[in-house]
Amino acid sequence: MLTIEHISKTFNTGTVNEKRALCNLSLHLADGDFATIVGSNGAGKSTLFNAIAGSFYTDSGFISLDDEDITFVPEHKRSRYIGRLFQDPLTGTAPHMTIEENLSVAFLRASNRKGKIFSRVSKKDRDFFREELSLLDMGLEDRMNHPVGLLSGGQRQALTLLMATMVTPKLLLLDEHTAALDPSTASKVLELTKTIVAERKITCLMVTHNMNQALELGNRTLMMANGSIVFDVSGDARKGMTVNDLLDRFQIGAGKAFDNDRILLSTKEGI
Amino acid sequence: MTGFLTAGIIRTALEVGLIYSLVALSLFISYSILNICDLSTDGCYTLGCAVGAIVTIAGHPILGLFLAMGAGILSGFITAFLQTRLGVESILAGIVVNTGLYTINLAVMGFSSNVSIFGTDTIFTLFKSLSGSAFWNDWSTLILLALLILIVCLVIRWFLSTTLGLSIRATGDSPAMVRASSINPAFTITVGLCAANSLTGLAGSLIGQYNKTCDINLGTGMVTIALASLVIGETFATHKKMMFRIISVVFGSCLYRFIISLALRLNVPTEAFKLVSAVIVAIAIAAPRAKELLLFRKKQAIAMAERKKLKGAQ
Repeated sequence: MLTIEHISKTFNTGTVNEKRALCNLSLHLADGDFATIVGSNGAGKSTLFNAIAGSFYTDSGFISLDDEDITFVPEHKRSRYIGRLFQDPLTGTAPHMTIEENLSVAFLRASNRKGKIFSRVSKKDRDFFREELSLLDMGLEDRMNHPVGLLSGGQRQALTLLMATMVTPKLLLLDEHTAALDPSTASKVLELTKTIVAERKITCLMVTHNMNQALELGNRTLMMANGSIVFDVSGDARKGMTVNDLLDRFQIGAGKAFDNDRILLSTKEGI
Repeated sequence: MTGFLTAGIIRTALEVGLIYSLVALSLFISYSILNICDLSTDGCYTLGCAVGAIVTIAGHPILGLFLAMGAGILSGFITAFLQTRLGVESILAGIVVNTGLYTINLAVMGFSSNVSIFGTDTIFTLFKSLSGSAFWNDWSTLILLALLILIVCLVIRWFLSTTLGLSIRATGDSPAMVRASSINPAFTITVGLCAANSLTGLAGSLIGQYNKTCDINLGTGMVTIALASLVIGETFATHKKMMFRIISVVFGSCLYRFIISLALRLNVPTEAFKLVSAVIVAIAIAAPRAKELLLFRKKQAIAMAERKKLKGAQ
């Protein structure tokens, strides 16, 4: 599915601010894998996502998706296959456009739309949007003509999730997409995420700062430090793991104690 | 009232206002929708006028309009190319194109700073010749312009509701979302700027045929005037419906021209005219903020009075 071979990325090369954000990182995801990623601040989690999504080109190494090399494919072309959610719920939607208009822009990713740049939202599309929105169970299907700017952060994030998965992506990147939401909204968006990912069998990478979540969600847990993956666990070995095991493993992998307060402070129930 | 504001003055204000509204609509697309400050407007407007004038002199006034639009599209394409492909800051790209266009415009006009199209048919004289009645003689120009602007408004409304139009709107509203939706922002910016500048070109060719002359300095300050019209228009656009917003821009442009004709009627000396324009623009742009401030002060005064009353009661 997704294969990353020895990618590296250095920012501000040759200056005092030089930062090796990704260091010879390799990763292979099988079809239908749902992997969670944890790591301290500045470990390179978001940089990894940006590299996969194509926000920049890597300095070295290759990335391929479904056996197709995408290392030098521009971002907007990759987004045909890669869905993405950010931590900031305001990023993924256009606030001054209505829910319906946002959905129709996202729906452009459907390949059969190619070349029909002068087509308009049809009755069939509208019914489809309404049906999809009703899955969110937030009453948004009755507010299709409201500007998205009027929605709450949770509603906007749920909408973004819908937009990213409406045309089923090959890969879904979730970058702490529930971190900026209040606990109850966050758990709702997370439930939605689980349902949608399971139903559509989407291969998924998710950054989280919640250790429990990292072990409970999905089928695989990755730990990052200093631009590399220092720990990778799945299957039976993962089932028996506790948060403390994970922290110990981190110390072995990174050679230092875990320093992300937000992670250490997150409680068992908290999101 | 008839002595101060004759039908003729109102009619002229409306006619010119309608032509200028095309430039305001152009900025509506580039500034309000795409969120890009396109400063090539001045040069593009003159370019439209020059191209339109030359083709009109050659005997094809209608073709002149279309070629002027084509010239506008080319100019918009270059502005867009500079900013999307070569990484030039959008404001700078507009200024660069605007500067370059000065020479281009001179070249189009045969390296003369002035071209007159007296004695040849324009779309206005052609339309007027459809009927000989006195009413038609007075009003045909306004009717023709109103029809043209109506068509343009409907086309813009339609265009913005197509998937391409929606992508352009999304580009101005949330670039991150656009990239995530597999749309190339460079493409949507290019299409948007081409569409916007085609309107500026059309406006230029219309004013050329309307005044039967083209001057190299015609476009100077056009971007300010158009921006003022846009801002006046958007203060009226309380509705968020797209058609309503588009019509408001046209209305704003006509209102601006109307204020200018009032100033003219009040015998403001021509030397002071630029200053009057600038003051009107400043007032128009400051109006929404002033209104807000006034409302706030009122609210504050009421709240303070309420508090005083409460304290007195204690």
